Amino acid sequence: MESPIIQIKSLSKQYRDADIFSVDNLFLDVKKGDIFGLLGPNGAGKTTLISMLCGLIKPTSGEFKINGLSYKNDSKNIKKIIGVVPQEYALYPTLTARENLEYFGAMYGLKGKDLKEKVIESLDYLGLLKFADKKIDTYSGGMKRRINLIAGILHKPTVLFLDEPTVGVDVQSKNVIIDYLKKLNSEGTTIIYTSHHLIEAQDFCNQIAIIDAGKIFAEGTPQNLISQTENAHNLEHVFISLIGKELRDNV
Amino acid sequence: MYKLWSSIKKEVLLLKRDLGGLVILFVMPLVLIITITLIQDSTFKTVSDSKIPILLVDNDQGEVSKVIEKNLTESNSFEVISKPNENEAKDLVFKGKYQLAIVIPKKLSTDLQLKVNQNVNKIVADFGMEDATNVTSSEKIESKEVKIYFDPAAQSTFRNAVKSSIDKMISQIETKSIYTAFQEQLGEDETAFQQESFITFKEITPTKDNKEVIPNSTQHNVPAWTLFAIFFIVIPLSINIVKEKNQGTMIRLRTNPVSYFTVIAGKTITFLVICMVQFYLMVAVGVYLFPHLNLPALQVEGILGLMSIVALFAGFAAIGFGILLGTIAKTQEQSAPFGATSVVILAAVGGVWVPVFAMPKIMQVIAGISPMNWGLNAFYDVILRNATFLDIVPEISYLFLFFIAMILISLFYDEKKRAL
Repeated sequence: MESPIIQIKSLSKQYRDADIFSVDNLFLDVKKGDIFGLLGPNGAGKTTLISMLCGLIKPTSGEFKINGLSYKNDSKNIKKIIGVVPQEYALYPTLTARENLEYFGAMYGLKGKDLKEKVIESLDYLGLLKFADKKIDTYSGGMKRRINLIAGILHKPTVLFLDEPTVGVDVQSKNVIIDYLKKLNSEGTTIIYTSHHLIEAQDFCNQIAIIDAGKIFAEGTPQNLISQTENAHNLEHVFISLIGKELRDNV
Repeated sequence: MYKLWSSIKKEVLLLKRDLGGLVILFVMPLVLIITITLIQDSTFKTVSDSKIPILLVDNDQGEVSKVIEKNLTESNSFEVISKPNENEAKDLVFKGKYQLAIVIPKKLSTDLQLKVNQNVNKIVADFGMEDATNVTSSEKIESKEVKIYFDPAAQSTFRNAVKSSIDKMISQIETKSIYTAFQEQLGEDETAFQQESFITFKEITPTKDNKEVIPNSTQHNVPAWTLFAIFFIVIPLSINIVKEKNQGTMIRLRTNPVSYFTVIAGKTITFLVICMVQFYLMVAVGVYLFPHLNLPALQVEGILGLMSIVALFAGFAAIGFGILLGTIAKTQEQSAPFGATSVVILAAVGGVWVPVFAMPKIMQVIAGISPMNWGLNAFYDVILRNATFLDIVPEISYLFLFFIAMILISLFYDEKKRAL
């Protein structure tokens, strides 16, 4: 049996001055080729978990491996095989789309003709080629979201982390993004995806983990989770059933 | 290497798109250097183009007051305006209409002569050359006081300079009176005593190619304010880093397989080029524009290479500070005012405005650890002290070590922050 592409063992994170763990002794395996949805209410620990996996923050304890590479010894090599699409538009507003993408592509080690071609190909696929030389600050929210996505996948990552990739975009942009992600997945990229759009997650992901208070509450295919939950017809029902209805405002 | 090159290219593009930032980087230092040199030039000139109007209240109307008025007028520094009334003069000065008023007391000339005569007669009598009974009356003569009123806003350096000049003038008048009294007592003619100063002083300046190197305002101001402008790069550089953090691009970069060191190396190289362009622009202004503004031209013949080395290392120090500030600051509201204020403090401590030797002891110690002071000393060594490369090695080494220290602290802070 093929070993999981992501193996998380007893991973914990407690921020300095925090009373509780944001990620609490978490175990999780993600299989290669999965589109893995990480769902949970605000403050559940999704972003903290992804931030650790991307190397943005250091775990308090525990271990994880990506494609067999341990974060403790191989964090540099892990960064070469992952792609990250943050929720905010992490782009230079005064640079054009092409300039932004060529810069971030270069940071992944792409260069020359290969880099230029990949930029053009991605822009074309996401319908932005004719705006390639316009500054990002002239783009609409949906266009920025698509450029934000391209900046994280130009190097065809083995594992792609997506934090709310479709938030605040219109249906057309959302469909283009989802189609592109599916294409990427079909080419071998494993996707870890967080979202509050549970219906979108149900359609898009083949595996789901529901997380709250830094722990995994349930894990499985969307269909299994729905069928195992009484009176549930979709992931929203599963989610409410597991997490509850109370507000999760947190600071 | 390609990552570094791409980082430099990105920094250049960001700067190119920020017209306001470019103006601040290149135009403001030039405006600063021209303005400051024009203002300070007069203090370096022996003959000032502008005369300061001052008030003179002559209650003496005698020989001494005439000499004082004549000397003040001939100094070419003052435009002497006579006022009959002390209170009126005092009011005008205290209201700031005039910088100072000099009040010469009544009977200054006659009483001075009387006092000198009394003293001389007594000395001559003591030597037995004259009958002691002939000595001019021994009536008590009160000492006289020349009053000076200053505008409360007048700076202490100006006050001290004026007081010193007047003191010297009065001493000369007294000396001359004593000589004259002796001549009269001894029945000598006017040529018997040489009244010119016996002790004179001569300033010996460094020479280069058998020509004297005489410091002028340009040679003092261009290096000082160039350094000031170079350090002002702290502001745009720290804002640049803070913006990247707030835009999220820094987060993205941290997930990329690129070291923070490469990211800041890209910034360092780009901003170092800017520092050097700033420097050469300011040198060009000193060499080519200043003569057209009736300012002394900056002499860079044979020293431009060494000056460039100093500017380069000063640039390193400034960039190191900017990177540290940008790494620590969370918002532009933190980095911009702090950057501006700290550069002004560094300039003040470094001796850009007040020479270090004139500072209190504690500030002199602090100046010794100020990068602006190291840079300024290195510039002065090159421009005014005929220094060689070896002479400036200590200062440029300190500047580079400062840069290294700032970068290491930034890297350490960045690493620590990720371990939150």
